[in-house]
Amino acid sequence: MIALLLVLLPLVGGGLVFFLPRVPAVRPVSLLVALSSLFAVLWGVAGCSPAECWSFDAEWIQPIGARFTLNGDVLGRWMSLLTALGSVLAILGSWNTDRKMPNRFYGLMLWMQAGMSIVFLSADAFLFYFGWELALIPAYFLSSIWGGERRVAVTIKFFLYTFVGSVLMLIGLIYLQGLTPEGSFQWQSFRKLELAESKQMWLFWLFFLAFAIKVPLFPFHTWQPDAYEQAPTPITLLLSGVMVKMGVVAMIRWLMPILGIGVFIWSDVVICMAVVGIVYASLVAIRQDDLKRLIAYSSIAHMGLTVAALFSLSGFTNNSNVVLQYHHLGFQGVLLQLFSHGVNIMGMWLLADRIESRFGTRKLSELGGLARTAPMLTIFFVIIALANIALPLTNAFPGEFLQFNAIFHAQSPYRVVFLIVSGLGVILSAIYTLNMIRRIFYGETNAVTEHGLRLSTAETLALSLVVLLVLVFGIYPQAALDFTNDYAWEYVKSIDITRFLAK
Amino acid sequence: MNLLLLAAFWGVLMMFLSVSGISRSRIRWVARLGMGLLFVSTGAEMQGFVLYDLNTPEMLSVDRYALVMLAILSGCGFLYFLLSDQDMAAVGNDYSEYFALIFFIFCGFVLVLSFTSLLMLFLGIEIVTIPLYILTGSDKRNLKSNEASLKYFLLGAFSTGLMLMGIALVYGARGSFSAIELAGASGIPTQLLLGGLFLMLFSLAFKVSVAPFHFWTPDVYDGAPTVFTSFMATLVKVAAFAGFLRLFDQAFMSLTAAWQVWAGALAVLTLVIGNITAVYQQSVKRLLAYSSIAQAGFMMLGIYGLGGLAKEGMVLYAASYSLATIGIFAVLTRLEDYTLEGFNGLAKEQPWVAALLTVFLLSLAGIPLTAGFLAKFYMLQAAVEAQYGLAVVIVAVLMAAIGVFYYFRILQAMYFRERSDGVVFPVFSAGFVRVLAVMALLIVVLGTQPGWLLRYLYF
Repeated sequence: MIALLLVLLPLVGGGLVFFLPRVPAVRPVSLLVALSSLFAVLWGVAGCSPAECWSFDAEWIQPIGARFTLNGDVLGRWMSLLTALGSVLAILGSWNTDRKMPNRFYGLMLWMQAGMSIVFLSADAFLFYFGWELALIPAYFLSSIWGGERRVAVTIKFFLYTFVGSVLMLIGLIYLQGLTPEGSFQWQSFRKLELAESKQMWLFWLFFLAFAIKVPLFPFHTWQPDAYEQAPTPITLLLSGVMVKMGVVAMIRWLMPILGIGVFIWSDVVICMAVVGIVYASLVAIRQDDLKRLIAYSSIAHMGLTVAALFSLSGFTNNSNVVLQYHHLGFQGVLLQLFSHGVNIMGMWLLADRIESRFGTRKLSELGGLARTAPMLTIFFVIIALANIALPLTNAFPGEFLQFNAIFHAQSPYRVVFLIVSGLGVILSAIYTLNMIRRIFYGETNAVTEHGLRLSTAETLALSLVVLLVLVFGIYPQAALDFTNDYAWEYVKSIDITRFLAK
Repeated sequence: MNLLLLAAFWGVLMMFLSVSGISRSRIRWVARLGMGLLFVSTGAEMQGFVLYDLNTPEMLSVDRYALVMLAILSGCGFLYFLLSDQDMAAVGNDYSEYFALIFFIFCGFVLVLSFTSLLMLFLGIEIVTIPLYILTGSDKRNLKSNEASLKYFLLGAFSTGLMLMGIALVYGARGSFSAIELAGASGIPTQLLLGGLFLMLFSLAFKVSVAPFHFWTPDVYDGAPTVFTSFMATLVKVAAFAGFLRLFDQAFMSLTAAWQVWAGALAVLTLVIGNITAVYQQSVKRLLAYSSIAQAGFMMLGIYGLGGLAKEGMVLYAASYSLATIGIFAVLTRLEDYTLEGFNGLAKEQPWVAALLTVFLLSLAGIPLTAGFLAKFYMLQAAVEAQYGLAVVIVAVLMAAIGVFYYFRILQAMYFRERSDGVVFPVFSAGFVRVLAVMALLIVVLGTQPGWLLRYLYF
């Protein structure tokens, strides 16, 4: 029931907010909806056993074999938590920002949350596609109406990019559905398919393009910095914190267990794209003067590492427990990092938004000396930025460590090269992050920054939440690892090529 | 069969009303009543209520497919009247005759949708097109309208000739006009039969404006009075497609190997030409003309992938495409400026109209939650099974992405741009907006629960 609740709450709540006439009530009501989804997830994770709570199945469109099936496995719950959290942070972070038509804004935002929840929880490919697009349409309107100066052109580019990817995926889904004996879109039926290697070779790309564009993976990333820069910041927060994770989650759920052989064949190519992307995006980030663009490029680098680690898990285990162990750890790293990166980058956007709205600029060259005039902001910023470079004792450290471990144990002849090149990304990320801190917070204050800035209660609350998560998962990552432990075991066994070929 | 009788009667009635001297508003109400009756009587026929049982087994057989299609056509026709019949008065003085012609076209629809003899198909298509020549040229003082009418007439007559030739060749090969007998025949098809088949394929492709037989479409749609363009681009095109599908489904299914690849090639060509040309249009009316070609490409996929879910797809496509396009045209007719700039800032002044137009545009673009998406989905699912199906559907979805680009240009104009100087938006009456809202609701309902319509194909 919780799975259904997580879809219905934002859907219905969003509809309510959308038509709410009284402007002052908009933000409290939306926050209430977001908070109740968050509590629903927490209750589901903590106090409700899986079978009854997290699955839902209903007849939907019979002739084409589509069912309304939600199944919250550990991955689904984990990402639902991030989704609900993202929504809460986005609303808290923009609590004091006045916008035109706030009811429409928050209504659309909650619908976006509904779409993302469907993507993370769906066990039916048709429903999955539905959610994939449902999350995109509100994002399009949100960015185009409330975004920056170049919003219209940038957003249509973003939309078309992802749309092309998703319709190709649609063909892949239709093709697979045609092969299932019962003509069904269920994940279970797809999983049972025995596809020849030659078919997996090209089917892989139909799916992978859609996911790679979403992540985005180099060289499909060109929509991303523009879109992040131009979208209103709460939306950028949701886009980069939650929506791009849809790409990785889709790879985990709809690609690796279903087209395992295709994944294995192309894994070197994909990892290669990812690590080139890490270095490329980091180098570009170093040269950025615009705070939002800098964060956008850093996001490409971090997601690239996650994808590289994920694809390193593809390989033969020959049922050896040692290899499985490596894969298991690597996969836990991917799961952990999906969440941590989401939290960290959402924190970064909250801070970027505050800086921009207070000082009217996001150019690093026009800021400076904020450490003296805005100490609270500085503390939050430094903690979150250090988490972004995965310093030990922050939440990103265990995740990235395990990911590097996975890359090192990949079954690819180039694994050491991959490791070294992606390791460069860490050094580069330290360079651009520390440089950013230096330019914003140290040095002389100028006319723009001399009056400093005070954080409001809502913002302090949101940022404290982020910092709390940074520290909790940084000091005691075991909590997350325990949560994903069993699921990760089953998963790495299910994507084992040895078993794929034995089928 | 109810619809045939009623439509013929109402056509004659409307003709006499024109000399009776009653007021235009009364004429309008009589027409609305008639169209409503057509819809209700079709619904009643589905429940087994038949006004008069014509015994025409060799000629016509009104099966479920025909009934569902007729219900969609008359239902959409009713909504079309509600939205646009006032605008017809602006075209010329022969108000009542326009309605009469439309009712006669509906008679043609019945023949096109329920023929069992190729002659009936031919008759049906002629009954549909001849009134259309008149409607296209009904703005008598406008040179563009005249030109469009003449162009349509000449090319239409030529393609009709081709079709007749095709029917004659098929008759020569098989000795029968009956679609059912054609389907039953086995053995290797003769050159004569194939010649006839391809002549029919190409002439029907002309009627539904499939590339490379589409050259008349933009000019004719652009030249005709906008109210009638709406009618031609939606109901007429959909009905012709439904007949097209019926012909190939009933008569030529056994010859799939001969024509399937050609149908696929036509579909791909139409999708590419329609979508890419649409991107360059500045006038929304021409844009919709090219969009209708592009959508025809998707419907062509249903014929290419015949069998399976193609019939359901066509039914859904007919409903979603007609509803959306009629809605957009109804608004366009009332705007002063047909260019994209004419839509600038509409959302600020007319938020409801803009929101409903958004639903229509999203449906045409094939975004989930709308009927347009599911219709496209059915077509893709049907086509992917066919020979070379995968390559064809990949082209199709890439072209659909281009479609998103130009449909969204209208959205962008409405929502993200300021009103151009000197443009005054008309006042849309509450009733008009309500009808649009009903259509948008239908689109969303069909987009999530298509079974509610499609089950009538079987029960």
